[in-house]
Amino acid sequence: MGENGAGKSTLVKAITGALPLAAGVMTLDGTPRTFRSPVQAQRAGISSVYQEIDLLPNLSVAENICLGREPRRYGLVDWKGMRERARSALDSLGVDLDVTSQLGIHSLAVQQLVAIARAVSTDVRVLVLDEPTSSLDADECAELFRVVRRLRDRGAAILFVSHFLDQVYELCDRVTVLRDGRLVGEYLTRELLRIDLVAAMLGDRHIPRRLATGLRVAGPNEPPYLSARGLTATGIRGADVDLLPGEVLGVAGLLGSGRSELARAVTGVDRIQDGVLRVEGSESSFSGPREAIRLGVVYSSENRRTEGIISELSVADNITLALQAERGVLRRLPETRRRELAASWVEALDIRPADLDRPAGTLSGGNQQKVLLARMLALAPRVLVLDEPTRGIVVGATLEVQNLVRELADNGVAVMFISVELDEVLRVGNRVVVLHSGRVVETLPAEDLTVDSLTALVTGADGDDG
Amino acid sequence: MTILETAAPARPGGGLNRLLDRHASALPTAAAVVILAVLLGGAQLYFGNFLTPRNLSALLLDHAYLVILAVGMTLVILTGGIDLSVGSVLAFTGILGARMLAAGSSPVVVVLVMVLSGAAIGLMIGVLVQYFDVQPFIASLAGLFLARGLAYVVSLQSIKVKEPSILWLQSTRIQVGDWYVTPTGILALVVLAIGAFTLAWTRFGRTVYAIGGDEQSARLMGLDVARTRVLVYVVSGVCSGLGGLVLTAYSGAGYPRNGIGTELDVIAAVVIGGTLLSGGVGYVLGSLVGVLVYGTIKTIISFKGAEQAWTEITIGLLLLVFIVVQQVIVVRSARRR
Repeated sequence: MGENGAGKSTLVKAITGALPLAAGVMTLDGTPRTFRSPVQAQRAGISSVYQEIDLLPNLSVAENICLGREPRRYGLVDWKGMRERARSALDSLGVDLDVTSQLGIHSLAVQQLVAIARAVSTDVRVLVLDEPTSSLDADECAELFRVVRRLRDRGAAILFVSHFLDQVYELCDRVTVLRDGRLVGEYLTRELLRIDLVAAMLGDRHIPRRLATGLRVAGPNEPPYLSARGLTATGIRGADVDLLPGEVLGVAGLLGSGRSELARAVTGVDRIQDGVLRVEGSESSFSGPREAIRLGVVYSSENRRTEGIISELSVADNITLALQAERGVLRRLPETRRRELAASWVEALDIRPADLDRPAGTLSGGNQQKVLLARMLALAPRVLVLDEPTRGIVVGATLEVQNLVRELADNGVAVMFISVELDEVLRVGNRVVVLHSGRVVETLPAEDLTVDSLTALVTGADGDDG
Repeated sequence: MTILETAAPARPGGGLNRLLDRHASALPTAAAVVILAVLLGGAQLYFGNFLTPRNLSALLLDHAYLVILAVGMTLVILTGGIDLSVGSVLAFTGILGARMLAAGSSPVVVVLVMVLSGAAIGLMIGVLVQYFDVQPFIASLAGLFLARGLAYVVSLQSIKVKEPSILWLQSTRIQVGDWYVTPTGILALVVLAIGAFTLAWTRFGRTVYAIGGDEQSARLMGLDVARTRVLVYVVSGVCSGLGGLVLTAYSGAGYPRNGIGTELDVIAAVVIGGTLLSGGVGYVLGSLVGVLVYGTIKTIISFKGAEQAWTEITIGLLLLVFIVVQQVIVVRSARRR
C-alpha cells in the first residue's frame, strides 16, 4: 500500500521486468535474476495483471488467455486445444464464460477475470495484481477475491496492490507500506490497526477527521438550480432529480444502474429522449455539453485517462483548456494570465508536483483528478457533476477531493457526486439518489441512511427484481 | 453467478444477439457479400446477359493483380497501418522485369528480382515504421515516390514483353465448360489462400490481429510485435512484386506510369471488404469480395456505356457508406463495454 506517487506502480514494473533495475538484486528461489522484459518474467513464473487491462478486445476470450504460448500442431495454431486450455483455465477459477466470444463485448469485470485466467494458465508462482479492483463494484470484488484465495491455496504468492483498506484487510496476510519511493515497513495484517496503517502511509501529515458534520447542512430552501423530471436517455428511464445550490447530491447504484448515464444526460453529453430539464426554472434541453457549460453545468467523466486529461499537454494547458474553449479561439487568454490562473489552481488544490509545464500524463492519479477539477472550477460552474472523482486514487488524496467537493458546495455550487463507494456517497452527500436498473428508486437525506441501509436499497434487496 | 449477471444483463432475442456477439467482427464482410450479390443480381436483371461464366471469369482475371495487392494490403491494415506504395512498386517491378527480359535475362531470374525488389521496398517501409517510429502513411508515401522514381529511371517508355513464358501466364486458358482461368488467376487465388491460411492458423497471423487490437498488450503477451510489423510490409511488397508480374503478363508490357492511384483502389477494396482501417478486424476473403465489388461496378458501367468516371463516384459513395457502417459497429461495441 501507499499513497499516490509512493512508488507502488514503479515497484510492480521493476518486479515484472517492465522497467530496468538501476541497482539492487532480485532473487527467485534463492537465485538472483534480472528480467529485461515482462515476457522473461512471465517465463520465470511471474505474471501480472495491470489496472488498465492489457488484453485484446478484438480477439476471442480463448486467444486472450492463450496467445503467446498457444498450443500448436505441425507449427500451426491448434484452435481446439486452445479453446480447451482456455476453458480449463477459466474452470479452475470457477468462471463460466463462452471462450469463443469476442473479449470486447464483456464488461471490465469479466475482462479482469480473463486477464487473471491468462496469468494463471501457466505455472504461476508469483501473481502481481496492480489495483485490480479499482473499476469493480462489491459483487465483482467478492468474485475476484474468491478467485485470488483459490490461487493462494494452490500455492501461488500474490502481490496485491490496492488503496482500499477494507480489501487489504479482507484479503491479505502481510502488508508492505511505501512512501515517497521508500519502504516504510512491513506488517502482519492481523496485528496492524487501521489507523496505524493509514499513519504509516501518510507519514507526518495527519489524516483529517471525518468530514465535519457541521458542514453537512441540509439544502437551503432555495429553488433548485437544475431540475429534471421524467428524464429518459440511454440507460436511464423517467428520472426525477433536483440539484440545489449549496448541496451535494450523492448518486448511488450498482454497475449498470445508470449512474454515469444520469450524469451524462443532465450535462448534455447524451441526448435526452424524453422528459423535461429546467435550469433556473426555465425549460432547456442542452444541445450538447457546450451549451450546458454556457449555463454553468459542468461534467467530469469517470474515465480520467480517456475522456478527461490530455496526457501530452502540460498541467497549465490542461487546466485552462475548457476556459479557453468557452471563450473561443478569437479571445485568447493572454499567456501571463493563463499561467497565473493555472498557478493559482495548482496552489489552491495542492497539485503535486507544482510544475505547470509538466505533461499532465506523468502525474499520479489523484493529482490528475485535481487538474481535472481545476479545469472545471476555472469555468466558475453553478452545477458540478462529478463521476467517480475518487476512483483509483489513494486515501489521502480521496479525503482531499472529498473536502474540496464539500467546500465547493458550501460556496453555493450544486454538486452531483457519483461513487461506487457507498460510505463516500453518504459522507459527502446531503441527499442521496438511489438508482437501480436505470430508474431512480428513492431520494433520501443522507442523515437518514447508513451504509447498510443504502446497500440494501442499491442492491434492490427489498425490490421486485433484485 | 452474480458477477456475470451484473456484467451482461440478459438481452432479448438471445439467439440472434449471441450470434452477433460472436461474429460481430465479420459483420462488415457479410455486408460486402450481400452488396456483391445485390450488384450481380441487379445487373443480371437489368442487362439479362450479365451473369455468364465468361463474364464472371473475366471479372476475376481482369482484377487478378488487384486481388494480390489486396492480400498484402489487408495484412498491413489489420496491424493498423497503411501501405501507399503498392501502385508504384507494381509499376517499378513491372517495368524492371520488362527491361530485364528485353535485355535477355532468364525469366526465372527476372521473376525473382521483381519479387525481391518489392520485398526490399517493403522492408524499408517496415523498418521505418517499426524502428524509426515513422507514421505508416509517411513511410509508405516515401516508398511511393521512391518506387515511382525508380520506375522512371528504368525506362520512360513502355517496354513490350516478348518472353513466351511470361506471356504464357496470361494466354493459357484452362477451360471448364464456359468457365476459364489463366495461370495469373490461379496465382491470385493461391496468394489469397496462403494469406487467409496464414492469418487464421499461424502465430504470425494472430499477431497481426493482436497488433491491430492493442500493440502494448500484444507485446506484454510475449508476441513478437517488431518482427511481425516489419514482415507485413515485406509481405505487402512481395505482393506488389507479384502484382507487377501479373499486370505485365496481362498487358504484355511494362509501363512506368502503371498503377497510379491503384493503392487507393486497393485500400477501397479492402475497406469495402470489411477490414477496419483502425486495425484488428477483417479478413483476406473479404478483400477478395471488395475487389469483386469494385470490378463489378466497373463492368456494369462499361456495359451501360457510361463514363468510367461513374465507377469512381460509385466506389466513393460505397466507401462512404462502409466507413459509416464500420464506425457504427465500433461505437456500438465500445458502448457495450
